[in-house]
Amino acid sequence: MNKDLRLNLIKAFEKGLRYDGRKLDQFREISVETGVIKTAEGSARVKIGETEVIVGIKTEVSKPYPDAPDKGTIMVGAELYPLSSPDFDPGPPSIESIELARVIDRGIRESHALDFKKLCIEKGEQSWIICIDICPINNNGNLFDAASLGAIAALKNARFPEFDGTNIDYKKLTDVPFPLSREPIEVTVLKIGKFLIVDPLPEEEASADARLTVATTEDGKLCAMQKGGDSPLAVEDIKTMVELAMDKTKELRSFLGGN
Amino acid sequence: MSELLTKDKDIVVPGEILAVGMDFLPSYGTYREGDRIIANKLGLVRIDGKVVKLISLSGRYNPKRGDTIIGNVIDLAISGWRIDTNSAYSAMLSIKDASSEYIARGADLTQYYDIGDLVVAKIVNVTSQKLVDLTMRGPGLRKLDGGRVVNVNTNKVPRVIGKAGSMVTMIKRATGCNIVVGQNGIVWVQGEPEMEICAVDAIKMIEKDSHINGLTNRIKAYLEKTTGKKIDTVEVSSQ
Repeated sequence: MNKDLRLNLIKAFEKGLRYDGRKLDQFREISVETGVIKTAEGSARVKIGETEVIVGIKTEVSKPYPDAPDKGTIMVGAELYPLSSPDFDPGPPSIESIELARVIDRGIRESHALDFKKLCIEKGEQSWIICIDICPINNNGNLFDAASLGAIAALKNARFPEFDGTNIDYKKLTDVPFPLSREPIEVTVLKIGKFLIVDPLPEEEASADARLTVATTEDGKLCAMQKGGDSPLAVEDIKTMVELAMDKTKELRSFLGGN
Repeated sequence: MSELLTKDKDIVVPGEILAVGMDFLPSYGTYREGDRIIANKLGLVRIDGKVVKLISLSGRYNPKRGDTIIGNVIDLAISGWRIDTNSAYSAMLSIKDASSEYIARGADLTQYYDIGDLVVAKIVNVTSQKLVDLTMRGPGLRKLDGGRVVNVNTNKVPRVIGKAGSMVTMIKRATGCNIVVGQNGIVWVQGEPEMEICAVDAIKMIEKDSHINGLTNRIKAYLEKTTGKKIDTVEVSSQ
C-alpha cells in the first residue's frame, strides 16, 4: 500500500498536482491567532489547513547554569497528543515529539532571536527560564512549520509577569515584552521521487524520501537545519530545497504581523 | 399511559428520553430504563408504529453481517489475515474464504495479500463477542491496487452511494474514476490525478452537505463545472 501510495502521489506530482489540488510549492490556508490562553504569559494558535497547533509560553525564575551565569534560557517541549492523530500513542515522549521540540528549540536558539543575557536578573543567582510548550490539536501534516510559526507568534505575544525578587505573580503581567530581536521561521521541504514539495499532508509525509527543515530570519539568514527521512540528499538538492524554503518563509512571515 | 415525548425526525442527543410507557419498543440506538425509552446516540428519531429507533448521525462504524467493507491488512496469521475494519474490532479473513482460487496449506500468504494491502471484503458473521469474519469469495470482492483512500463518516455512506447507487455512478461517469465505497466509511478512488481530486472533492461535499435539500443537483452542477462535461441524468437501474 505504501509503495502504491507513493507511486500514486508521484503520478499526480507529474501533473503538478497534490492530493488536495494544490500546486507543489503551495501552502494551505494559514491563520494565526495570539493570546488564546489567558493563564499563559503568551500563546498562539496556528492553523495550516486542518492542522492546528497551540503554543503556550510560561516563565520561571531560577539559578542560571554554572557555565553561563549571566544568561537565561529557553525550554521547548512538545507532546504529540493521541487526540490529534490516530498515529500518536499515549505514553513516554516519542522520537517524533522530541525531534519536533528540538527543531523548534534550535531555530530560536541558533538564530539568537532571544537575547539570553537580557533574561538574566542577577548574575549567577537569578534568571528567567522561558518554557515554550507545543500542543498539536489536530495533525493533518506539517507540524514543524505550524509549531515554529506558533512559537514565534507566542513569543511576540508574551509579556513578563510581575516579579518582586522572590515571588512571581502570574496573575499580573507587566507590559515588558520578551527581548526578541529576530524572528526565525521554519519551512519544511519534502523530497518525494524527484519532486520537492512544501506543506506536506500526512500521506506525503509517510511516503517522503527525505525532509529538510530550514529556519531563516527576516534578513534572510539561514540559522538552523534539520534533515529527516531515509534517503540521502545531493548538494544540489539541498541548495534548491533551501532556496524554496527561504522563499516560502517570506510568505509565512506575513501572517505574524506586528505587535 | 404511554406517551411519546419526541416527534418523528426530531434530533436527539444521548440520554434524552424519547418515550414513557411500556407500549413502545426500543430498537436500534435506544434502550429501556424502567418504563422510559432513552437515546444512546446522536440521531434522528424514527417512529415506526410502536417501535422507536434512531438513525444515527455520528459515531464510528459498527460491523454488521452482510456489509461490504474496505479493509486494510494489518497482520498475517497461520490461517489467514487480520484486517482492520475502521471500527473498534478487527476482522479475520481465513484462507478458505480469501480467494476463489485454491490456496494450499503452508503457502506464502504474502503472495496473496500483504500487510498494508487494501481489500474489498464482505462480512459473513459477527459474533456476540464482536469477532468479525470476512469473505472475499464473491463478485467485486478483490484486492485494490493503486488509487487513493478517502474517509467519510460511516453514517453518510448511504448518501455517497445514493438511491440504487445513483450518486456514485454519477461521480464515476463524470470523472472516469473507479470508485469503491465500503460500508465502513472508506472510499477508494482511482483515476487520473485531476479527476481523483474532483471525485474526492465531490465525495467530501456530499459528506458535508448531505442534510441540505437538492444534494444531487448541487453535486451534478459541481461535477459539470469542474470537469467541463455535460452529465446526463443518471437513470436508476432496477437492480
